[in-house]
Amino acid sequence: MEGELVQPAPEETPRDANPANVGLELFGYVGIEAVLDQMRIKTMKTGFEFNLMVVGQSGLGKSTMVNTLFKSKVSRKPTGPGYEERIPKTVQLQSITHVIEEKGVKMKLTVTDTPGFGDQINNENCWDPIIKYINEQYEKYLREEILISRKRKIPDTRVHSCVYFVPPTGHWLRPLDLEFMRRLSKIVNMVPVIAKADTLTLEERAEFKKRIQKDLKAHGISVYPQEDFDDNSDDRILNNKIRDKMPFAVVGADKEHQVNGKRILGRKTKWGIIEVENPAHCEFPLLRDLLIRSHLQDLKDITHNVHYESYRMQRLNESNRLALSPINGLLGKDEVESDL
Amino acid sequence: SQIHMPPSSALQDDKEYVGFATLPNQVHRKSVKKGFDFTLMVAGESGLGKSTLVNSLFLTDMYRDRKLLNAEERITQTVEITKHVVDIEEKGVKLRLTIVDTPGFGEAVNNTECWKPVADYIDQQFEQYFRDESGLNRKNIQDNRVHCCLYFISPFGHGLRPLDVEFMRALHQRVNIVPILAKADTLTPSEVERKKSKIREEIERYGIRIYQFPECDSDEDEDFKLQDQALKESIPFAVIGSNMVVEAKGRRVRGRLYPWGIVEVENPAHCDFVKLRTMLVKTHMQDLKDVTRETHYENYRAQCIQSMTRMVVKERNRKYGGTRHKCPPC
Repeated sequence: MEGELVQPAPEETPRDANPANVGLELFGYVGIEAVLDQMRIKTMKTGFEFNLMVVGQSGLGKSTMVNTLFKSKVSRKPTGPGYEERIPKTVQLQSITHVIEEKGVKMKLTVTDTPGFGDQINNENCWDPIIKYINEQYEKYLREEILISRKRKIPDTRVHSCVYFVPPTGHWLRPLDLEFMRRLSKIVNMVPVIAKADTLTLEERAEFKKRIQKDLKAHGISVYPQEDFDDNSDDRILNNKIRDKMPFAVVGADKEHQVNGKRILGRKTKWGIIEVENPAHCEFPLLRDLLIRSHLQDLKDITHNVHYESYRMQRLNESNRLALSPINGLLGKDEVESDL
Repeated sequence: SQIHMPPSSALQDDKEYVGFATLPNQVHRKSVKKGFDFTLMVAGESGLGKSTLVNSLFLTDMYRDRKLLNAEERITQTVEITKHVVDIEEKGVKLRLTIVDTPGFGEAVNNTECWKPVADYIDQQFEQYFRDESGLNRKNIQDNRVHCCLYFISPFGHGLRPLDVEFMRALHQRVNIVPILAKADTLTPSEVERKKSKIREEIERYGIRIYQFPECDSDEDEDFKLQDQALKESIPFAVIGSNMVVEAKGRRVRGRLYPWGIVEVENPAHCDFVKLRTMLVKTHMQDLKDVTRETHYENYRAQCIQSMTRMVVKERNRKYGGTRHKCPPC
């Protein structure tokens, strides 16, 4: 567990202790703020992990989007013209890991793709392999956590964010979208996006978004950033602004073009160049900011403190307590299989 | 239009001239009086711009009163068949246009056999016509047979999806299928080319028999031949639809206004809309009806008669065959 503050129970407070533990005024410079620098240096040294999952029908630009997000050929798929795309008969889960570095900060990025999702004629239960994968990562972490002698840094393969690509029909969410998001938003941070949004005019986008928001509300689907986890009113204001704009209408591109003398990432069509990083053209910058620049740590925290915890609680309640105690160590193998 | 009768003096001189060269004109005049009818079906997943395209093609607003379903209704939606009829008139020529739509197609999580209601509908129209044709009073037979089916392929896939293949294979013997690459404004020119050739290759690979444009007669002029060739090479038609008029370079055009530019629906450099409309209305409407009549309907009729004959024979054997062949006790 991350650092926990132990508060003495009210009855036990000695009479002469300071009743106000917060708001103590310092009459000189102590240097507490230097801890931020220490944390920063440490983070830079150790680097951090981020696990992203992308889900959606084939052809919605998932791989391109990932490449655009991390400005590198992260996605395994070659995007050359001679490439034959084969739709697998069942949903596969493919993870690739890269280490990318920016200004001395290292990030171990794992992207999990889900080819075959929603592509068949009968897509019943096509979400099951995905749910299974996510739970398996929680299970892996749990097993490491309950060991007697634990690793200093437990490898974290848990999915921190699942980006769901909604096709830009402009109408409303399809039954498949609703079924998937309803189930997955309970176990992972779900970030829906409107894929290939360059097919919608600005008006159509706004209407589509409104309908999607209504749909999500009607079905009780809570997408990231979830309202329940706003820490304080500042967070709520910031997150409300984000929630208002979700799902983001995104366009992905990994080719550069010349626009006004600058090299811009975009798509060149007969009627103009769609600039991916131009907020007037699409909301890709908002998605990038959310996933990487502002809420990356929050995504990890919520995954750890909320989703993982509820998985852990579920497992502890299911299995026999004795089998799980530190004395015995690992969970019995048969118990694990029966629950998954 | 006037029937041009040559002056009687010329008739007397030319003994070979009978006068039936005027027949096409007579047919033409009669048709104009009677008016034409055409039944067009649009099929494909929801959200591919079918309604917008239909409205753009015929410059109408057929879907004005369309009701949007709420969330619950959508979860349990099955495939429906809806009909909209509109009478259009242009320069004295009347067209009764019937648009058959297939809401709910491909919408569900499980779309197994979702093409069946569509196939059943087409068969029902054939059956209706067959009955009417075999009936006693054939004066006012109504022809509700589907003359053409525009099948909308999503531009977001990598070519045909399993559902597309299944649908077209189930329907290609029943109706003229014209494949459409929908919402083509989401694609760059090279992507359009790539997708088109991929789709054409897959159509061939899966043995799907789409509507074939008739071969040009060798005596047609070069322009027409080139146009015909261009038409064949455009399949599937990459279309964009719009009912909005926007301002582009000082002109008012039908199009879609994006922050990065304007897509003009009727600009052949932007999409194949004009080609599709030309084909559907100007040049191939009659052929579509002919093929429906001569091929698809005849196939249905032949099958129908065959299966009826089989049933009659079976029935006869049942009635009279039982006395000769004693079934062994079970």
